[in-house]
Amino acid sequence: MASVSVKNLDLNFGDVKVLQNLNLDIRQGEFLVLLGSSGCGKSTLLNCIAGLLDITDGQIFINDRNVTWEQPKDRGIGMVFQSYALYPQMTVEGNLSFGLKNAGVPKEEIKKRIERAAALLHIEPLLKRKPAQLSGGQRQRVAIGRALVRDVDVFLFDEPLSNLDAKLRAELRVEIKRLHQQLENTTMIYVTHDQIEAMTLADRIAIMRAGAIQQLADPATIYNRPVNKYVAGFIGSPSINFIDGTLEVNSDPVFRAGETAIELSGYAFSGNGPKPGPVSFGIRPEHIFTDKVAADLPFQCEVEVEVVEPMGADTLVWSRLDGHELRFRVDGQTPVKEGERMKIGFDPARASIFDAETEMRV
Amino acid sequence: MADTGAINDTGIAAEAASEAMVGPRGARPRRMLSRRNIFLYGTLIVVAVYYLLPLYVMIVTSVKGMPEIRMGNIFAPPVEITFEPWVKAWATACTGLNCDGLSRGFWNSVRITIPSVLLSIAIASLNGYALAHWRFKGANTFFTILIVGAFIPYQVMLYPLVIILREMGIYGTLTGLVLVHTIFGMPILTLLFRNYFTSVPEELFKAARVDGAGFWAIYFKIMLPMSLPIFVVAMIIQVTGIWNDFLFGVVYTKPDTYPMTVQLNNIVNSVQGVKEYNVNMAATIITGLVPLIVYFASGKLFVRGIAAGAVKG
Amino acid sequence: MPAHARPNQLFRNLSAKIASIPMILTALVVFVGGTGWTIVYSFTNSKLLPRLNFVGLDQYDRLWSTSKWIISLQNLLIYGVCMLVLSLVIGFVLAALLDQKIRFENTFRTIFLYPFALSFIVTGLVWQWILNPDFGIQSIVRGLGWESFNFDPLYNADIVIFGILIAGLWQSSGLIMCIMLAGLRGIDEEIWKAARIDGIPTWKTYLFIVIPMMRPVFITALVLISTGIVRVYDLVVAQTGGGPGIASEVPAKYVYDSMFLAQNLGQGFAASTMMLLAVIIVIVPWAYLEFGGRKRHG
Repeated sequence: MASVSVKNLDLNFGDVKVLQNLNLDIRQGEFLVLLGSSGCGKSTLLNCIAGLLDITDGQIFINDRNVTWEQPKDRGIGMVFQSYALYPQMTVEGNLSFGLKNAGVPKEEIKKRIERAAALLHIEPLLKRKPAQLSGGQRQRVAIGRALVRDVDVFLFDEPLSNLDAKLRAELRVEIKRLHQQLENTTMIYVTHDQIEAMTLADRIAIMRAGAIQQLADPATIYNRPVNKYVAGFIGSPSINFIDGTLEVNSDPVFRAGETAIELSGYAFSGNGPKPGPVSFGIRPEHIFTDKVAADLPFQCEVEVEVVEPMGADTLVWSRLDGHELRFRVDGQTPVKEGERMKIGFDPARASIFDAETEMRV
Repeated sequence: MADTGAINDTGIAAEAASEAMVGPRGARPRRMLSRRNIFLYGTLIVVAVYYLLPLYVMIVTSVKGMPEIRMGNIFAPPVEITFEPWVKAWATACTGLNCDGLSRGFWNSVRITIPSVLLSIAIASLNGYALAHWRFKGANTFFTILIVGAFIPYQVMLYPLVIILREMGIYGTLTGLVLVHTIFGMPILTLLFRNYFTSVPEELFKAARVDGAGFWAIYFKIMLPMSLPIFVVAMIIQVTGIWNDFLFGVVYTKPDTYPMTVQLNNIVNSVQGVKEYNVNMAATIITGLVPLIVYFASGKLFVRGIAAGAVKG
Repeated sequence: MPAHARPNQLFRNLSAKIASIPMILTALVVFVGGTGWTIVYSFTNSKLLPRLNFVGLDQYDRLWSTSKWIISLQNLLIYGVCMLVLSLVIGFVLAALLDQKIRFENTFRTIFLYPFALSFIVTGLVWQWILNPDFGIQSIVRGLGWESFNFDPLYNADIVIFGILIAGLWQSSGLIMCIMLAGLRGIDEEIWKAARIDGIPTWKTYLFIVIPMMRPVFITALVLISTGIVRVYDLVVAQTGGGPGIASEVPAKYVYDSMFLAQNLGQGFAASTMMLLAVIIVIVPWAYLEFGGRKRHG
């Protein structure tokens, strides 16, 4: 049963087409992350689902009810904003109860819901305070609480952690994940530009670009089998290495860039199998190994170290393979010096190859 | 609709597109003449009419002949348009002894406004610049006095200034009035410039100092060129403010040097003779014309000047 | 900046000090000196020329027993209270209407604000004409057949101050609208979104969320209107000249008349000192709220 579905959604601002023919089905209890860089339309899509923006065409269903024309309050959703959007002149308790009082919920019921939300979010001691007296993390908890007391089963998060510092962000991220586990059958739609948040929280990620969804899949698939070059480059840090060359199909498919030839017998081609032509060969830095481990891998070569960036746990090494920049990681303890030559290797089966023209995975 | 843009929904719920769409879809239905819109625009239009009415009455009255005014009502459009009242208001209307119309006051106002605006802006921008980047001991105390002083009713300082100007030998002259305008324009303008220059990145100022530029060089070569908009805002505030002034004009000048507003009041409210309402209204429009032109020409900057003046330091 | 071993503190930062001389002179001589001078001379019996002949509180005694001054104060009070309340209400309502993403917003704003560009003299003269009982609104309504209609505020001592109020509101409510509109635009849009999700009606959002958030804007507007009220002078001079009789006198006019027409400087000084006192009563609580309060929040 779909909890939220978006059908053929179009949104224009005047002549500008912001979202185009967008379709999305979200299962009940699913945690879906809308991921993309700023201006890709992810927050706009969320606002459309919430009913805060009037759509141009298409339909929106929440819990199998057509809510396309419904007001936000009648859609059965709760929403959490980046700037918290707490009512500054009211206490935390006032913030949590204001909407309910307006909806005419009985007093005892309001009390019960606030108690439950406060307990879930550990904000009981803050109930009598005003937002100005709270830290950023506490404010965002209250904002989540305001969504919780609405007693709905669809939650929309619009970059809720972007205004927090790195440490708090990590803490609250876990908190949100725990909350999702505790509230059974609660659907969460979460907008972010932070790929770590997306990977850690999501059941499925929808990567958006220029008002369209590029790929909708679970985090592992997005990471391992990106559907196009944009997704491959967007996910992963440090980002994936691309080597431009040609795909040759004789007996076995081979990727060739200048002097280098990489055997692709282990690579799982999509669709109709390999087709010769210009391609981009993508290999993630963390899939390239050195020394002894490299010796057992199907593809091996030797490269010269250009720049070394020690990062503590591991060290990022910048080198070149056939003129193309190649980054890879080595253990933080391994001594690496600029100018040194290193033996590296990887398994082409873990690579992703994209058509040079369509940029789609082959 | 369902068959367009198939590229965009690659791999996503492809079956959804094929389903027929039933029930509400697209934008919420909205009528142009909803109750909300009628109320909203109705109120705005009624209020707008109230605000425009005086302007309309002024113009209409000023182009009617006196017989027509005595017959009809003030809102009726003119039957016969005449520009005689305008000519009379400008050139021959009487104020006390003089009968050369508003033209004398107009030129007085011009001779007051231009030097006042230039002088007050030059001084206030330097003050603001010094306060923002070259703070010396006590600077903030003087600035606080200046800002607090802006709230003191002018009446308290009227007479002491009469004495000061008399001692300087410029009481009753245009120069004296220019000085008065410079003094009383200082608080708001200094605040305006101080706030603006404070918002200039400190790094820019530091870089210039490292490059060896001093107080004046930084002011003329760096701050001036990059702060043209704020100078325009200051000019708008000052031109309208000084042109519209009445109190200082009536206190610090003599009939020969009266600014336009004082002269206008004397023309309209003079007790002798028959009231010529059309001439009065023509004179009123002519006096209001300069600030109105500034207002309509400056548009958003005028609003910005108001906001700058209204927002506290 | 290190403070060690500079030859002479006076010459440090000399250019800035030179540039600030006009400011320093204005602050000390005109604002502090002038105010002090007027207060001191308000205790003397100066007539045509200022003389240091102290007579204690005589000028104030006489001031408070002069009916013209009492009427001036009553007028100021009525005008002030009405002006404050109506400016804030009209300004806010107009700003809220303009904030509804309406069409022609710029046109409406331009129309509401243009009177502010005009002088009080022009404003007063126009409204004097419109309120003229023989040609203006009264005569028109009578001409429509309602013969007994009476609307002559400028010739009726009981309501003349409201005639001035109409003109004053027309001139300055656009300014308050502009300030309020800037305040409304400063409210985080997500607050509105949150309120819509919570299902709070628009009027309730304004009343319970937005207006409390705009407290600083309201205070700024309040201070601005208040200082304008105390200064009201030109408008009265142009519209009624203080009449009929002395029914529309205001304190600022009382000061001018005493000093420059009646040649009674001492009265003028005493009256202007009272005006200063009134302003202090308004400003001090505001300054305390604005600046004292800010410190407490840390």
